[in-house]
Amino acid sequence: MTSKDTAAKPAEPSRRDILYIATGAAAAGAAAGMVWPLIAQMNPDASTLALASTEVDLSSVPEGQIVTVKWRGKPVFVRHRTPAEIKAAEDTPLSVLPDPEADSKRVQKPEWLVIIGVCTHLGCIPTGKEGEYNGWFCPCHGSVYDLSGRIRSGPAPTNLEVPPYAFIAESKIKIG
Amino acid sequence: MEGHSQYTPKSGFARWLERRLPILSFMHGSFVSYPTPKNLNYMWVFGAILSFMLVAQIVTGVVLAMHYTPETTLAFDSVEKIMRDVNWGTVLRYAHANGASMFFLAVYLHIFRGMYYGSYKDPREVLWILGVVIFMLMMATGFLGYVLPWGQMSFWAATVITNLFSAIPVVGTAITTWLLGGYSVDNPTLNRFYALHYLVPFIIVAIVALHVWALHVTGQNNPSGVEVKDIKKETVPFTPYATMKDAVGIAAFLVVYAWLTFFVPNYLGHPDNYIEANPLVTPPHIVPEWYFLPFYAILRAIPNKLLGVTALFASILITAALPWLDTSKVKSAVYRPLFRKEFWIFVAVCIGLGYLGAQPAEGAYLWFARVLSAYYFLHFLVILPVIGKVEKPEPVPESIDASIMRGETSHV
Repeated sequence: MTSKDTAAKPAEPSRRDILYIATGAAAAGAAAGMVWPLIAQMNPDASTLALASTEVDLSSVPEGQIVTVKWRGKPVFVRHRTPAEIKAAEDTPLSVLPDPEADSKRVQKPEWLVIIGVCTHLGCIPTGKEGEYNGWFCPCHGSVYDLSGRIRSGPAPTNLEVPPYAFIAESKIKIG
Repeated sequence: MEGHSQYTPKSGFARWLERRLPILSFMHGSFVSYPTPKNLNYMWVFGAILSFMLVAQIVTGVVLAMHYTPETTLAFDSVEKIMRDVNWGTVLRYAHANGASMFFLAVYLHIFRGMYYGSYKDPREVLWILGVVIFMLMMATGFLGYVLPWGQMSFWAATVITNLFSAIPVVGTAITTWLLGGYSVDNPTLNRFYALHYLVPFIIVAIVALHVWALHVTGQNNPSGVEVKDIKKETVPFTPYATMKDAVGIAAFLVVYAWLTFFVPNYLGHPDNYIEANPLVTPPHIVPEWYFLPFYAILRAIPNKLLGVTALFASILITAALPWLDTSKVKSAVYRPLFRKEFWIFVAVCIGLGYLGAQPAEGAYLWFARVLSAYYFLHFLVILPVIGKVEKPEPVPESIDASIMRGETSHV
Protein backbone atom coordinates (compact mmCIF):
# COMPACT_ATOMS: atom_id res chain seq x y z
CA MET A 1 0.00 0.00 0.00
CA THR A 2 1.22 3.46 -0.77
CA SER A 3 0.64 6.37 1.54
CA LYS A 4 -1.85 7.74 -0.96
CA ASP A 5 -4.02 4.62 -0.62
CA THR A 6 -4.09 4.85 3.19
CA ALA A 7 -5.02 8.48 3.06
CA ALA A 8 -7.83 7.77 0.61
CA LYS A 9 -9.67 5.19 2.73
CA PRO A 10 -8.55 5.43 6.33
CA ALA A 11 -11.38 3.62 8.16
CA GLU A 12 -11.84 0.63 5.88
CA PRO A 13 -10.55 -2.58 7.53
CA SER A 14 -8.98 -4.89 5.03
CA ARG A 15 -9.09 -8.71 4.89
CA ARG A 16 -5.55 -8.63 6.24
CA ASP A 17 -6.50 -6.52 9.30
CA ILE A 18 -9.18 -9.03 10.21
CA LEU A 19 -6.72 -11.91 9.82
CA TYR A 20 -4.21 -10.10 12.03
CA ILE A 21 -6.77 -9.53 14.76
CA ALA A 22 -8.13 -13.07 14.52
CA THR A 23 -4.61 -14.53 14.75
CA GLY A 24 -3.75 -12.31 17.71
CA ALA A 25 -7.01 -13.22 19.47
CA ALA A 26 -6.36 -16.93 18.92
CA ALA A 27 -2.85 -16.58 20.32
CA ALA A 28 -4.15 -14.67 23.37
CA GLY A 29 -6.79 -17.36 23.94
CA ALA A 30 -4.19 -20.10 23.69
CA ALA A 31 -1.88 -18.25 26.10
CA ALA A 32 -4.72 -17.86 28.62
CA GLY A 33 -5.47 -21.57 28.26
CA MET A 34 -1.86 -22.41 29.03
CA VAL A 35 -1.76 -20.12 32.06
CA TRP A 36 -4.88 -21.68 33.57
CA PRO A 37 -3.22 -24.96 34.75
CA LEU A 38 -0.43 -22.91 36.29
CA ILE A 39 -2.99 -21.04 38.40
CA ALA A 40 -5.38 -23.92 39.05
CA GLN A 41 -2.61 -26.19 40.41
CA MET A 42 -2.63 -24.03 43.54
CA ASN A 43 -6.23 -24.96 44.41
CA PRO A 44 -6.81 -27.87 46.84
CA ASP A 45 -5.72 -31.18 45.31
CA ALA A 46 -7.81 -34.37 45.11
CA SER A 47 -6.60 -35.69 48.46
CA THR A 48 -7.52 -32.45 50.21
CA LEU A 49 -10.89 -32.33 48.51
CA ALA A 50 -11.79 -35.87 49.57
CA LEU A 51 -14.27 -34.97 52.29
CA ALA A 52 -13.31 -36.58 55.54
CA SER A 53 -15.91 -37.05 58.21
CA THR A 54 -15.32 -37.33 61.93
CA GLU A 55 -17.38 -39.18 64.52
CA VAL A 56 -17.57 -37.91 68.07
CA ASP A 57 -18.77 -39.93 71.05
CA LEU A 58 -20.64 -37.42 73.21
CA SER A 59 -21.06 -39.67 76.25
CA SER A 60 -17.50 -38.90 77.32
CA VAL A 61 -18.17 -35.15 77.45
CA PRO A 62 -19.51 -34.09 80.87
CA GLU A 63 -21.83 -31.13 81.26
CA GLY A 64 -20.01 -27.81 81.08
CA GLN A 65 -17.07 -29.24 79.11
CA ILE A 66 -15.81 -28.37 75.64
CA VAL A 67 -13.97 -30.89 73.49
CA THR A 68 -12.07 -30.02 70.33
CA VAL A 69 -12.00 -32.46 67.42
CA LYS A 70 -10.23 -32.05 64.10
CA TRP A 71 -12.30 -32.01 60.92
CA ARG A 72 -10.85 -31.12 57.49
CA GLY A 73 -7.76 -29.76 59.21
CA LYS A 74 -9.85 -27.39 61.31
CA PRO A 75 -10.83 -27.63 64.96
CA VAL A 76 -14.50 -28.22 65.77
CA PHE A 77 -15.74 -27.31 69.25
CA VAL A 78 -18.31 -29.58 70.83
CA ARG A 79 -19.71 -27.90 73.95
CA HIS A 80 -21.96 -29.64 76.43
CA ARG A 81 -23.90 -26.63 77.66
CA THR A 82 -25.37 -26.35 81.13
CA PRO A 83 -29.06 -25.37 81.54
CA ALA A 84 -27.94 -21.88 82.64
CA GLU A 85 -25.77 -21.51 79.54
CA ILE A 86 -28.60 -22.66 77.28
CA LYS A 87 -30.94 -20.15 78.91
CA ALA A 88 -28.42 -17.33 78.51
CA ALA A 89 -27.96 -18.18 74.82
CA GLU A 90 -31.69 -18.47 74.15
CA ASP A 91 -32.63 -15.34 76.07
CA THR A 92 -30.27 -13.07 74.16
CA PRO A 93 -32.41 -10.68 72.09
CA LEU A 94 -31.51 -10.76 68.38
CA SER A 95 -31.36 -6.97 68.36
CA VAL A 96 -28.03 -6.95 70.27
CA LEU A 97 -26.34 -9.34 67.82
CA PRO A 98 -24.13 -8.01 65.00
CA ASP A 99 -24.95 -11.17 62.98
CA PRO A 100 -28.49 -11.98 64.24
CA GLU A 101 -29.25 -15.67 64.45
CA ALA A 102 -31.42 -17.45 67.00
CA ASP A 103 -29.74 -20.03 69.23
CA SER A 104 -32.33 -22.62 68.16
CA LYS A 105 -31.16 -22.27 64.54
CA ARG A 106 -27.58 -23.10 65.56
CA VAL A 107 -28.14 -26.30 67.52
CA GLN A 108 -29.90 -29.59 66.91
CA LYS A 109 -30.16 -30.41 70.62
CA PRO A 110 -29.89 -27.38 72.93
CA GLU A 111 -27.36 -29.01 75.24
CA TRP A 112 -24.93 -29.72 72.37
CA LEU A 113 -23.32 -26.80 70.56
CA VAL A 114 -21.19 -27.89 67.59
CA ILE A 115 -19.24 -25.12 65.84
CA ILE A 116 -16.12 -24.73 63.72
CA GLY A 117 -13.44 -23.27 66.02
CA VAL A 118 -12.01 -20.84 63.52
CA CYS A 119 -12.46 -17.14 64.21
CA THR A 120 -14.30 -15.57 61.29
CA HIS A 121 -11.95 -12.59 61.43
CA LEU A 122 -8.56 -13.94 60.46
CA GLY A 123 -8.68 -17.63 61.26
CA CYS A 124 -7.26 -17.92 64.78
CA ILE A 125 -8.68 -20.40 67.26
CA PRO A 126 -10.71 -18.71 70.01
CA THR A 127 -10.21 -19.92 73.56
CA GLY A 128 -13.24 -21.37 75.34
CA LYS A 129 -14.96 -20.09 78.51
CA GLU A 130 -13.42 -16.69 78.13
CA GLY A 131 -14.60 -13.25 77.20
CA GLU A 132 -17.50 -11.19 78.45
CA TYR A 133 -20.14 -13.89 77.75
CA ASN A 134 -18.05 -16.86 78.93
CA GLY A 135 -18.35 -18.20 75.39
CA TRP A 136 -15.16 -17.77 73.39
CA PHE A 137 -12.52 -15.09 73.08
CA CYS A 138 -10.11 -14.78 70.16
CA PRO A 139 -6.64 -13.89 71.44
CA CYS A 140 -5.44 -12.56 68.10
CA HIS A 141 -7.61 -9.50 67.59
CA GLY A 142 -10.05 -9.58 70.47
CA SER A 143 -13.29 -10.92 68.98
CA VAL A 144 -15.78 -12.03 71.64
CA TYR A 145 -18.28 -14.86 70.99
CA ASP A 146 -21.20 -15.84 73.21
CA LEU A 147 -22.48 -19.20 74.44
CA SER A 148 -23.96 -19.90 71.03
CA GLY A 149 -20.72 -19.04 69.21
CA ARG A 150 -22.26 -15.80 67.95
CA ILE A 151 -20.09 -12.73 67.46
CA ARG A 152 -20.80 -10.09 70.11
CA SER A 153 -17.91 -7.62 69.83
CA GLY A 154 -14.60 -7.23 68.05
CA PRO A 155 -13.56 -7.26 64.40
CA ALA A 156 -14.99 -10.65 63.33
CA PRO A 157 -17.81 -10.10 60.81
CA THR A 158 -19.91 -13.26 61.34
CA ASN A 159 -20.83 -15.94 63.90
CA LEU A 160 -18.66 -19.05 64.29
CA GLU A 161 -19.76 -21.43 61.55
CA VAL A 162 -21.88 -24.49 62.30
CA PRO A 163 -20.52 -27.50 60.37
CA PRO A 164 -22.84 -30.06 58.75
CA TYR A 165 -23.38 -32.84 61.32
CA ALA A 166 -25.96 -35.43 62.29
CA PHE A 167 -26.80 -37.48 65.37
CA ILE A 168 -26.13 -41.06 64.35
CA ALA A 169 -26.98 -42.38 67.82
CA GLU A 170 -28.37 -40.91 71.02
CA SER A 171 -24.96 -39.65 72.07
CA LYS A 172 -22.88 -39.84 68.90
CA ILE A 173 -22.52 -37.32 66.08
CA LYS A 174 -20.93 -37.51 62.66
CA ILE A 175 -19.43 -34.26 61.40
CA GLY A 176 -19.20 -33.79 57.62
CA MET B 1 23.88 11.56 33.73
CA GLU B 2 27.22 12.01 32.05
CA GLY B 3 30.10 10.87 34.20
CA HIS B 4 33.39 12.40 35.16
CA SER B 5 35.77 10.36 33.04
CA GLN B 6 35.05 8.45 29.88
CA TYR B 7 35.96 4.79 29.87
CA THR B 8 38.59 3.84 27.34
CA PRO B 9 39.36 0.13 27.00
CA LYS B 10 43.07 -0.44 27.55
CA SER B 11 43.71 -4.09 26.84
CA GLY B 12 43.16 -5.83 23.53
CA PHE B 13 40.50 -8.08 25.08
CA ALA B 14 38.65 -5.10 26.56
CA ARG B 15 38.56 -3.41 23.14
CA TRP B 16 37.34 -6.68 21.55
CA LEU B 17 34.59 -7.05 24.19
CA GLU B 18 33.61 -3.36 24.08
CA ARG B 19 32.65 -3.66 20.38
CA ARG B 20 30.49 -6.72 21.09
CA LEU B 21 29.01 -6.05 24.57
CA PRO B 22 29.93 -2.68 26.12
CA ILE B 23 29.54 -4.02 29.65
CA LEU B 24 32.88 -2.67 30.92
CA SER B 25 32.07 0.91 29.94
CA PHE B 26 28.56 0.45 31.35
CA MET B 27 29.94 -0.68 34.71
CA HIS B 28 32.52 2.12 34.66
CA GLY B 29 29.85 4.71 33.91
CA SER B 30 27.51 3.35 36.61
CA PHE B 31 29.88 2.62 39.46
CA VAL B 32 33.15 4.46 38.86
CA SER B 33 32.68 7.75 37.05
CA TYR B 34 29.00 8.15 38.02
CA PRO B 35 28.67 11.66 39.48
CA THR B 36 27.45 11.88 43.10
CA PRO B 37 26.58 15.23 44.68
CA LYS B 38 29.47 16.22 46.90
CA ASN B 39 27.26 17.29 49.82
CA LEU B 40 25.73 13.84 50.51
CA ASN B 41 25.58 12.97 54.19
CA TYR B 42 25.66 9.58 55.91
CA MET B 43 21.93 9.06 55.39
CA TRP B 44 22.87 8.33 51.78
CA VAL B 45 24.77 5.12 52.59
CA PHE B 46 21.65 3.00 53.03
CA GLY B 47 21.35 2.20 49.31
CA ALA B 48 24.70 0.44 49.49
CA ILE B 49 23.81 -1.18 52.84
CA LEU B 50 20.55 -2.48 51.36
CA SER B 51 22.38 -3.90 48.32
CA PHE B 52 24.77 -5.61 50.71
CA MET B 53 21.89 -7.02 52.80
CA LEU B 54 20.07 -8.33 49.71
CA VAL B 55 23.17 -10.27 48.68
CA ALA B 56 23.77 -11.44 52.27
CA GLN B 57 20.20 -12.74 52.56
CA ILE B 58 20.36 -14.55 49.23
CA VAL B 59 23.73 -16.17 50.05
CA THR B 60 22.76 -17.31 53.57
CA GLY B 61 19.31 -18.30 52.27
CA VAL B 62 20.63 -20.50 49.47
CA VAL B 63 22.94 -22.40 51.83
CA LEU B 64 20.14 -22.83 54.41
CA ALA B 65 17.95 -24.22 51.61
CA MET B 66 20.50 -27.01 51.22
CA HIS B 67 19.52 -28.30 54.68
CA TYR B 68 15.86 -27.35 55.06
CA THR B 69 12.89 -29.66 54.37
CA PRO B 70 9.57 -28.02 53.37
CA GLU B 71 7.26 -30.72 54.72
CA THR B 72 5.04 -30.19 57.76
CA THR B 73 6.23 -33.24 59.70
CA LEU B 74 9.91 -32.55 59.00
CA ALA B 75 10.27 -28.76 58.68
CA PHE B 76 10.59 -27.89 62.37
CA ASP B 77 13.07 -30.72 62.98
CA SER B 78 15.11 -29.80 59.91
CA VAL B 79 15.55 -26.29 61.32
CA GLU B 80 16.63 -27.75 64.67
CA LYS B 81 19.03 -29.99 62.74
CA ILE B 82 20.49 -26.89 61.10
CA MET B 83 20.94 -25.44 64.60
CA ARG B 84 22.56 -28.54 66.12
CA ASP B 85 24.15 -30.70 63.43
CA VAL B 86 24.93 -28.67 60.31
CA ASN B 87 28.45 -27.19 60.22
CA TRP B 88 28.13 -23.50 61.11
CA GLY B 89 24.37 -23.98 60.90
CA THR B 90 23.66 -21.91 64.01
CA VAL B 91 25.55 -18.91 62.67
CA LEU B 92 24.05 -19.22 59.19
CA ARG B 93 20.48 -19.40 60.49
CA TYR B 94 20.92 -16.59 63.02
CA ALA B 95 22.61 -14.46 60.34
CA HIS B 96 19.66 -15.05 57.99
CA ALA B 97 16.95 -14.43 60.61
CA ASN B 98 18.60 -11.31 62.03
CA GLY B 99 19.59 -10.32 58.50
CA ALA B 100 15.89 -9.88 57.77
CA SER B 101 15.60 -7.48 60.73
CA MET B 102 18.67 -5.52 59.66
CA PHE B 103 17.35 -5.40 56.09
CA PHE B 104 14.12 -3.85 57.32
CA LEU B 105 15.93 -1.47 59.69
CA ALA B 106 17.97 -0.23 56.73
CA VAL B 107 14.96 0.06 54.43
CA TYR B 108 13.01 2.09 57.01
CA LEU B 109 15.93 4.50 57.46
CA HIS B 110 16.25 4.68 53.66
CA ILE B 111 12.52 5.46 53.29
CA PHE B 112 12.52 8.11 56.06
CA ARG B 113 15.62 9.67 54.47
CA GLY B 114 13.69 9.94 51.20
CA MET B 115 10.73 11.50 53.03
CA TYR B 116 12.85 14.05 54.91
CA TYR B 117 14.77 15.28 51.89
CA GLY B 118 11.84 15.04 49.45
CA SER B 119 13.66 12.48 47.31
CA TYR B 120 10.34 11.35 45.80
CA LYS B 121 9.64 14.65 44.06
CA ASP B 122 9.91 15.51 40.38
CA PRO B 123 11.81 13.95 38.58
CA ARG B 124 12.19 10.94 40.91
CA GLU B 125 8.57 9.72 41.15
CA VAL B 126 9.20 6.47 39.25
CA LEU B 127 12.33 5.84 41.31
CA TRP B 128 10.22 6.23 44.47
CA ILE B 129 7.40 3.98 43.25
CA LEU B 130 9.91 1.26 42.34
CA GLY B 131 11.17 1.58 45.91
CA VAL B 132 7.64 1.04 47.26
CA VAL B 133 7.36 -2.06 45.05
CA ILE B 134 10.65 -3.38 46.46
CA PHE B 135 9.43 -2.70 50.00
CA MET B 136 6.22 -4.67 49.39
CA LEU B 137 8.17 -7.57 47.87
CA MET B 138 10.47 -7.48 50.92
CA MET B 139 7.43 -7.71 53.20
CA ALA B 140 6.14 -10.69 51.21
CA THR B 141 9.53 -12.40 51.37
CA GLY B 142 9.92 -11.73 55.10
CA PHE B 143 6.47 -13.16 55.79
CA LEU B 144 6.99 -16.25 53.59
CA GLY B 145 10.34 -16.93 55.24
CA TYR B 146 8.92 -16.56 58.75
CA VAL B 147 6.50 -19.42 58.02
CA LEU B 148 9.22 -21.91 57.03
CA PRO B 149 10.53 -22.90 60.53
CA TRP B 150 6.99 -24.17 61.17
CA GLY B 151 6.82 -22.94 64.75
CA GLN B 152 3.64 -21.72 66.43
CA MET B 153 4.20 -18.11 65.32
CA SER B 154 4.98 -19.31 61.79
CA PHE B 155 1.74 -21.24 61.57
CA TRP B 156 -0.48 -18.54 63.03
CA ALA B 157 1.17 -15.77 61.03
CA ALA B 158 0.43 -17.78 57.90
CA THR B 159 -3.17 -18.26 59.04
CA VAL B 160 -3.78 -14.60 59.83
CA ILE B 161 -2.09 -13.19 56.73
CA THR B 162 -3.75 -15.57 54.25
CA ASN B 163 -7.10 -14.89 55.92
CA LEU B 164 -6.63 -11.16 55.20
CA PHE B 165 -7.69 -12.02 51.66
CA SER B 166 -10.93 -13.59 52.90
CA ALA B 167 -12.09 -10.05 53.68
CA ILE B 168 -12.50 -9.41 49.93
CA PRO B 169 -16.22 -9.51 49.15
CA VAL B 170 -17.61 -12.50 47.18
CA VAL B 171 -14.33 -14.11 46.03
CA GLY B 172 -12.35 -13.71 49.28
CA THR B 173 -12.81 -17.23 50.64
CA ALA B 174 -12.00 -18.77 47.25
CA ILE B 175 -8.80 -16.69 47.07
CA THR B 176 -7.74 -17.78 50.57
CA THR B 177 -8.38 -21.45 49.70
CA TRP B 178 -6.38 -20.98 46.51
CA LEU B 179 -3.48 -19.39 48.40
CA LEU B 180 -3.50 -22.15 51.03
CA GLY B 181 -4.08 -25.08 48.69
CA GLY B 182 -6.62 -26.34 51.22
CA TYR B 183 -9.08 -25.21 53.87
CA SER B 184 -6.43 -24.45 56.45
CA VAL B 185 -2.67 -23.88 56.55
CA ASP B 186 -1.11 -27.28 55.85
CA ASN B 187 1.54 -29.06 53.84
CA PRO B 188 0.57 -27.58 50.44
CA THR B 189 0.84 -24.11 52.01
CA LEU B 190 4.32 -24.73 53.46
CA ASN B 191 5.54 -26.25 50.21
CA ARG B 192 4.48 -23.31 48.04
CA PHE B 193 5.64 -20.73 50.58
CA TYR B 194 9.09 -22.29 50.38
CA ALA B 195 9.07 -22.15 46.57
CA LEU B 196 7.98 -18.50 46.65
CA HIS B 197 10.40 -17.54 49.43
CA TYR B 198 13.17 -18.74 47.14
CA LEU B 199 11.73 -16.95 44.09
CA VAL B 200 10.75 -13.48 45.30
CA PRO B 201 14.26 -12.31 46.32
CA PHE B 202 15.35 -12.72 42.70
CA ILE B 203 12.39 -10.63 41.59
CA ILE B 204 13.61 -8.05 44.13
CA VAL B 205 17.04 -8.16 42.45
CA ALA B 206 15.37 -7.35 39.13
CA ILE B 207 13.35 -4.44 40.55
CA VAL B 208 16.46 -3.15 42.36
CA ALA B 209 18.17 -3.07 38.96
CA LEU B 210 15.30 -0.88 37.68
CA HIS B 211 15.50 1.25 40.86
CA VAL B 212 19.23 1.85 40.32
CA TRP B 213 18.64 2.49 36.62
CA ALA B 214 16.00 5.12 37.42
CA LEU B 215 18.39 6.63 39.99
CA HIS B 216 21.15 6.87 37.44
CA VAL B 217 18.87 8.58 34.93
CA THR B 218 17.75 11.35 37.31
CA GLY B 219 20.84 11.46 39.49
CA GLN B 220 20.79 11.40 43.28
CA ASN B 221 18.94 13.89 45.40
CA ASN B 222 21.06 15.58 48.07
CA PRO B 223 20.50 17.23 51.49
CA SER B 224 19.83 20.63 49.92
CA GLY B 225 17.26 19.19 47.53
CA VAL B 226 18.67 21.48 44.84
CA GLU B 227 19.42 19.73 41.55
CA VAL B 228 23.01 19.49 40.33
CA LYS B 229 23.74 22.38 37.97
CA ASP B 230 27.44 21.94 37.27
CA ILE B 231 28.56 18.29 37.20
CA LYS B 232 32.27 19.15 37.25
CA LYS B 233 32.01 21.46 40.26
CA GLU B 234 29.16 20.02 42.32
CA THR B 235 29.71 16.29 42.02
CA VAL B 236 32.51 13.84 42.69
CA PRO B 237 33.04 10.47 40.97
CA PHE B 238 31.28 7.50 42.63
CA THR B 239 34.61 5.69 42.97
CA PRO B 240 36.46 6.27 45.19
CA TYR B 241 34.32 8.86 47.05
CA ALA B 242 30.93 7.14 47.39
CA THR B 243 32.33 3.60 47.38
CA MET B 244 34.65 4.36 50.30
CA LYS B 245 32.00 6.26 52.24
CA ASP B 246 29.52 3.43 51.64
CA ALA B 247 32.13 0.96 52.87
CA VAL B 248 32.41 2.90 56.15
CA GLY B 249 28.62 2.88 56.46
CA ILE B 250 28.43 -0.87 55.78
CA ALA B 251 31.17 -1.53 58.35
CA ALA B 252 29.31 0.43 61.03
CA PHE B 253 26.08 -1.35 60.10
CA LEU B 254 27.84 -4.73 60.29
CA VAL B 255 28.84 -4.01 63.89
CA VAL B 256 25.15 -3.89 64.87
CA TYR B 257 24.30 -6.87 62.65
CA ALA B 258 27.14 -8.94 64.13
CA TRP B 259 26.16 -7.96 67.68
CA LEU B 260 22.60 -9.16 67.07
CA THR B 261 23.71 -12.36 65.34
CA PHE B 262 26.41 -13.41 67.80
CA PHE B 263 25.34 -11.97 71.14
CA VAL B 264 21.53 -11.69 71.20
CA PRO B 265 20.39 -13.84 68.25
CA ASN B 266 16.90 -14.43 69.66
CA TYR B 267 16.30 -10.93 70.98
CA LEU B 268 14.04 -9.94 68.09
CA GLY B 269 12.44 -13.37 67.73
CA HIS B 270 9.45 -14.77 69.58
CA PRO B 271 9.97 -17.72 71.96
CA ASP B 272 6.72 -19.34 70.77
CA ASN B 273 8.37 -20.04 67.43
CA TYR B 274 10.49 -22.67 69.17
CA ILE B 275 7.25 -24.61 69.77
CA GLU B 276 6.29 -26.73 66.79
CA ALA B 277 3.20 -25.60 64.88
CA ASN B 278 -0.05 -26.88 66.37
CA PRO B 279 -3.15 -26.28 64.23
CA LEU B 280 -5.42 -26.76 67.25
CA VAL B 281 -3.91 -24.19 69.62
CA THR B 282 -3.51 -20.48 68.92
CA PRO B 283 -0.84 -18.88 71.15
CA PRO B 284 -2.50 -16.58 73.71
CA HIS B 285 -0.80 -13.50 72.32
CA ILE B 286 0.30 -13.52 68.70
CA VAL B 287 2.49 -10.78 67.30
CA PRO B 288 4.29 -10.44 63.98
CA GLU B 289 7.98 -9.65 63.61
CA TRP B 290 8.84 -6.12 64.78
CA TYR B 291 9.06 -4.73 61.26
CA PHE B 292 5.36 -5.43 60.63
CA LEU B 293 4.09 -4.08 63.96
CA PRO B 294 2.95 -0.59 62.83
CA PHE B 295 0.83 -2.09 60.04
CA TYR B 296 -0.48 -4.77 62.40
CA ALA B 297 -1.55 -2.03 64.82
CA ILE B 298 -3.49 -0.31 62.02
CA LEU B 299 -5.19 -3.62 61.12
CA ARG B 300 -6.27 -4.22 64.71
CA ALA B 301 -7.31 -0.64 65.36
CA ILE B 302 -10.38 -0.92 63.14
CA PRO B 303 -13.21 -3.09 64.51
CA ASN B 304 -14.39 -4.18 61.06
CA LYS B 305 -12.74 -6.94 59.05
CA LEU B 306 -12.95 -5.47 55.54
CA LEU B 307 -12.10 -1.92 56.64
CA GLY B 308 -9.22 -3.14 58.81
CA VAL B 309 -7.67 -5.12 55.97
CA THR B 310 -8.26 -2.24 53.55
CA ALA B 311 -6.54 0.17 55.96
CA LEU B 312 -3.59 -2.22 56.32
CA PHE B 313 -2.98 -2.38 52.57
CA ALA B 314 -3.78 1.32 52.11
CA SER B 315 -1.22 2.30 54.75
CA ILE B 316 1.50 0.76 52.57
CA LEU B 317 0.16 1.73 49.15
CA ILE B 318 -0.42 5.35 50.13
CA THR B 319 3.33 5.93 50.23
CA ALA B 320 3.40 5.42 46.44
CA ALA B 321 1.19 8.52 46.06
CA LEU B 322 3.58 10.68 48.11
CA PRO B 323 5.01 12.56 45.09
CA TRP B 324 1.52 13.92 44.42
CA LEU B 325 0.30 14.31 47.99
CA ASP B 326 3.21 16.55 49.00
CA THR B 327 2.32 19.81 47.29
CA SER B 328 5.43 21.77 48.25
CA LYS B 329 7.81 22.77 45.48
CA VAL B 330 10.73 22.70 47.93
CA LYS B 331 12.27 19.26 48.27
CA SER B 332 14.42 19.28 51.38
CA ALA B 333 12.99 19.58 54.90
CA VAL B 334 16.06 21.70 55.69
CA TYR B 335 14.17 24.69 54.20
CA ARG B 336 10.68 23.66 55.34
CA PRO B 337 10.10 24.71 58.98
CA LEU B 338 6.55 23.34 59.29
CA PHE B 339 7.17 20.11 57.42
CA ARG B 340 10.31 19.51 59.46
CA LYS B 341 8.21 19.37 62.65
CA GLU B 342 5.50 17.30 61.01
CA PHE B 343 8.12 14.84 59.76
CA TRP B 344 9.33 14.07 63.28
CA ILE B 345 5.75 13.79 64.55
CA PHE B 346 5.11 11.29 61.77
CA VAL B 347 8.22 9.30 62.74
CA ALA B 348 6.99 9.26 66.33
CA VAL B 349 3.53 8.12 65.18
CA CYS B 350 5.09 5.22 63.25
CA ILE B 351 7.18 4.18 66.25
CA GLY B 352 4.13 4.55 68.51
CA LEU B 353 2.09 2.30 66.19
CA GLY B 354 4.95 -0.20 66.31
CA TYR B 355 4.82 -0.20 70.10
CA LEU B 356 1.03 -0.59 70.13
CA GLY B 357 1.17 -3.42 67.58
CA ALA B 358 3.06 -5.47 70.16
CA GLN B 359 0.53 -4.80 72.94
CA PRO B 360 -2.75 -6.66 73.50
CA ALA B 361 -5.61 -5.30 71.39
CA GLU B 362 -7.69 -4.00 74.27
CA GLY B 363 -8.52 -1.01 76.45
CA ALA B 364 -6.36 2.08 76.24
CA TYR B 365 -3.91 0.44 73.80
CA LEU B 366 -6.71 0.05 71.30
CA TRP B 367 -7.76 3.68 71.61
CA PHE B 368 -4.21 4.96 71.21
CA ALA B 369 -3.83 2.70 68.15
CA ARG B 370 -6.98 4.27 66.70
CA VAL B 371 -5.76 7.81 67.26
CA LEU B 372 -2.33 7.09 65.80
CA SER B 373 -3.79 5.17 62.81
CA ALA B 374 -6.02 8.15 62.07
CA TYR B 375 -2.99 10.46 62.31
CA TYR B 376 -1.01 8.19 59.99
CA PHE B 377 -3.58 8.65 57.22
CA LEU B 378 -4.19 12.33 58.02
CA HIS B 379 -0.47 12.93 57.58
CA PHE B 380 -0.61 11.75 53.98
CA LEU B 381 -4.10 12.85 52.97
CA VAL B 382 -4.52 16.19 54.74
CA ILE B 383 -1.47 17.49 56.58
CA LEU B 384 1.10 17.09 53.78
CA PRO B 385 -1.08 18.64 51.04
CA VAL B 386 -2.05 21.53 53.34
CA ILE B 387 1.46 22.21 54.67
CA GLY B 388 2.70 22.47 51.09
CA LYS B 389 0.17 25.28 50.50
CA VAL B 390 0.41 27.28 53.72
CA GLU B 391 4.06 26.90 54.68
CA LYS B 392 6.51 29.71 53.92
CA PRO B 393 9.78 27.96 53.08
CA GLU B 394 13.09 29.43 54.15
CA PRO B 395 15.20 30.73 51.23
CA VAL B 396 16.46 27.82 49.15
CA PRO B 397 20.09 28.13 47.96
CA GLU B 398 20.66 28.68 44.26
CA SER B 399 22.93 25.69 43.96
CA ILE B 400 24.61 22.88 45.88
CA ASP B 401 27.75 25.02 46.06
CA ALA B 402 25.77 27.89 47.54
CA SER B 403 24.33 25.51 50.14
CA ILE B 404 27.81 24.34 51.08
CA MET B 405 28.99 27.96 51.37
CA ARG B 406 26.14 28.58 53.81
CA GLY B 407 27.61 25.84 55.97
CA GLU B 408 24.71 23.46 55.49
CA THR B 409 26.82 20.39 54.87
CA SER B 410 26.70 19.02 58.36
CA HIS B 411 23.07 17.87 58.57
CA VAL B 412 23.12 14.38 60.11
